[in-house]
Amino acid sequence: MPSLKQALSSQVGRKIMTGITGIGLMLFLIGHLGGNLTIFGTADAFNIYTKTLMDLGPLLYVIEAGLAFFFLYHTVLGVSIWLGRRKARPQGYDTYKTKGGTSHQSLASRSMIISGSVMFIFLILHIIHFKFGADYTTMIDGEQARDLRKLVIEEFQKTWVVIGYVFVLVLAILHLSHGFWSAFTSLGMKHGETSKKVQLAAYAFGIILMLGFIFIPVYIYITGGEGSLISY
Amino acid sequence: MTIHLKYWKQDGPDAQGYFEEKTLDTVNEHMSFLEMLDVLNEELQLEGKDPVEFDYDCREGICGSCNLVINGQAHGPNAKTACCQLHMRTYNDGDHITIEPPRAAAFPVIKDLVVDRSGFDRIIEAGGYVSVKTGSAQEANSTPIEKHSSDMAFDYATCIGCGACVAACPNASASLFTGAKIAHLNKMPQGEVERYDRVVAMVDQMKEEGFGDCSNYGECEAVCPQGISISAIAEMRRDYVKAMFS
Repeated sequence: MPSLKQALSSQVGRKIMTGITGIGLMLFLIGHLGGNLTIFGTADAFNIYTKTLMDLGPLLYVIEAGLAFFFLYHTVLGVSIWLGRRKARPQGYDTYKTKGGTSHQSLASRSMIISGSVMFIFLILHIIHFKFGADYTTMIDGEQARDLRKLVIEEFQKTWVVIGYVFVLVLAILHLSHGFWSAFTSLGMKHGETSKKVQLAAYAFGIILMLGFIFIPVYIYITGGEGSLISY
Repeated sequence: MTIHLKYWKQDGPDAQGYFEEKTLDTVNEHMSFLEMLDVLNEELQLEGKDPVEFDYDCREGICGSCNLVINGQAHGPNAKTACCQLHMRTYNDGDHITIEPPRAAAFPVIKDLVVDRSGFDRIIEAGGYVSVKTGSAQEANSTPIEKHSSDMAFDYATCIGCGACVAACPNASASLFTGAKIAHLNKMPQGEVERYDRVVAMVDQMKEEGFGDCSNYGECEAVCPQGISISAIAEMRRDYVKAMFS
């Protein structure tokens, strides 16, 4: 029986942990999108959602710490695996070409380090942008609460912000379309009919989830924050 | 047919390698790729030059000695075909072909296109064996094996250890080789005794040898001359997790 340290540092353990943290982050994204879409609910829905989260108090810190751990672990493993390539192949090929067929080499799988790095930088900017953005206040059920909805609608009327978000979210489609399949493969999924279905599900998951995220800034930008889906 | 070759030359493990180019005008479409290299070497020797070293043994696609990276693809363009079974009819008159050795820190170049693949041997030494009772041979039917398991074990056992998986993997990972070697024993009752020690020892040795991590590119399966599925890697991962609780 290998020790936990031995298992986690083995090449099998590193891949399994990349998969587990990746699946955790994908579940987080589903929840994140669900929360975001409340912006199309009643006038207070989005702020009630954010207030509910902030009212969790210390529990929110625990959740945030857990998320940060998943993000960092996933990133450190990804970067370390990528750095290991040079060590494992110091002299590269003059010519290199995929053989196609059953290979999963694609723009998505080969650019995981790029899409992942951009998403990591985006994550930091995204937290600064909204969590630590302008502190508008509003009243919900007689209680003072942060008016994050106002900030979101205001920010998504800025061209560069919308372009930046859409750019990163399109890269996220690429990342997820390989990552979703790869996570299950890392967790022991065999290559066969199921694997083919999971690859199709990966494309669908990446595209549907990210179109959901992309819709919000684009809609607010096009309608100037006054579209019929947003009630005041 | 005329073929323009560009091939890797390296005098020794520590020497600086370089490409050399030569055009062959006497290539016949019925020649195998290695026979074409024989012609190249004959011409080089007639010119008083050193021949290009390359590995081969059976030339029947079963020994796993040949492992050339041809135009950036391990064993060349054809699926499930070792480069000794690749024929020049695959190419067109006037084609340019680049030949490189498999490139990996764990496969140091010995000379030109020949690399040292003893890292694979050490992975097998780490756990690729079974304990058997000594004495007279036991009755052949005394160990029943489920059909599916024996079929899978046989598929994984077809690995000829050529190293194309390492050569083609963008990370130079040996996961397909190691997975196949583990799975073909772990699928059989004879391999059950060392099952979990085997997977841990062989996975550790793979890292020790300097092979890279697997990134699920699946290129290894596409280049494998035996068509071994990356399900072998899944078997390895499953058994590793089971080993943690054994």
